[in-house]
Amino acid sequence: MDRQEILKIVLEAVSEVGEDEDKDILQNPDESTRLYGGANGNLDSMGVVFLVTELEESLSEKLGIDLTLADDRAMSQRNSPFKSVKTITDYIMMLLKEKQENS
Amino acid sequence: MNKVFIITGTRKGLGKQLAEYYLSKGHKVVGCSRGEASINHVDYSHHSMDVSDEEAVIQLVRKTKKLHGRIDVLLNNAGIASMNHITITPGKTARRIFDTNFMGTFLFSREVAKIMMRQKHGRIVNYTTVATPLRLEGEAIYAASKAAIENFTQVAARELGQFGITVNAIGPTPVKTDLIKNVPADKLESLLNRQAIHRYGEFKDVLNVINFFINDESDFVTGQIIYLGGVVG
Repeated sequence: MDRQEILKIVLEAVSEVGEDEDKDILQNPDESTRLYGGANGNLDSMGVVFLVTELEESLSEKLGIDLTLADDRAMSQRNSPFKSVKTITDYIMMLLKEKQENS
Repeated sequence: MNKVFIITGTRKGLGKQLAEYYLSKGHKVVGCSRGEASINHVDYSHHSMDVSDEEAVIQLVRKTKKLHGRIDVLLNNAGIASMNHITITPGKTARRIFDTNFMGTFLFSREVAKIMMRQKHGRIVNYTTVATPLRLEGEAIYAASKAAIENFTQVAARELGQFGITVNAIGPTPVKTDLIKNVPADKLESLLNRQAIHRYGEFKDVLNVINFFINDESDFVTGQIIYLGGVVG
C-alpha cells in the first residue's frame, strides 16, 4: 500500500474532525500537525475517538481495508500513535504490513 | 420512515420473531447466528458467525453500513444460558456464557456506536434477565453475565448520550423459547411465583418494551433497565 495514499486519507480525516471541532489548525493539516497528547496536542480524548471512527470508515470505504485502529498496543503505547499525522500514518502502514503478512 | 436494524441471534426464538416483525413493517434487518439463516425475505441479510468473534462483528457492521448507508437500531438479542450449581460449573462453560452474552453485546455496541455517533442518532437495546435482580440459585454465571450487561448499558448510555444514542436494556421473565428448554419445570414455576404477575412472558411483552425504547419519541430515555412481570431491580 502506498504511504502517500494513506497519508491523504489521514489528512482528510483530520481535516474532517477539525471542521467538526471547529479547530483551524486541524482543518489544514500537514504531516507534522500535532494531534493527541502533550502540551501542543490539538485533540482531546473525544477528538481521538472521532478521528479513529473517521479513519476506520474512510479506510474501509475508500480502500476496502478493514482495520481496528484502537487495538491494545495503540492504547498502551507510551508513544501514542495518535501523537501526530505522521505517527498515525506510520501506525496504519505498520498495521497494514502485519495484516498482509498474516493473510 | 423505514429503519435499518441489526438484530443478533435471529435463527430462532425471540430474535427470529423480532426480525420477522420488523421486516413485516417494512424495515431492513441484518441478522446473525452461528447457524444458517432461517428467514427468507428480500430486506433481510444474514451472517453466520459467532457474536464474540471480533473480526466477524466488525465485518458485519461495516457491510451493513455499506449496504444500507446507516444503522438505526441495534438489538443485542443473542444469548445463551446454562443452569448449574457454581461448584459444578466448568470454567469453559462460564467463559462461553460471558463470551456470547457480554462480549457479543460489547463488540456489537462498540462497532455500531461508531456509525451512530456520526449519524448523531441511534438506539441500542441490550438484554438482561430477571435472574439478575432475583439472584436465582443455579444461574450464577448467566445472571453475572447479564449483571455485567446492565452496568455496561448504564455506562454506555452516559458515554453515548451526547451523540443522540440511547442505550437501554430489557429484562424478560422466562419466555417459552429454547433458552429455557432445559430448565426444570419446578424451577420455572418457583421463578414465576416470585414475579408480581405470575405468568410466562410472551413475544408481545418483549416487543412492547423494545418498541418503547426505539421509538423516536424516546430520545430522553436512556440507561434504563425494564424488567417484565413486575420484578423489581
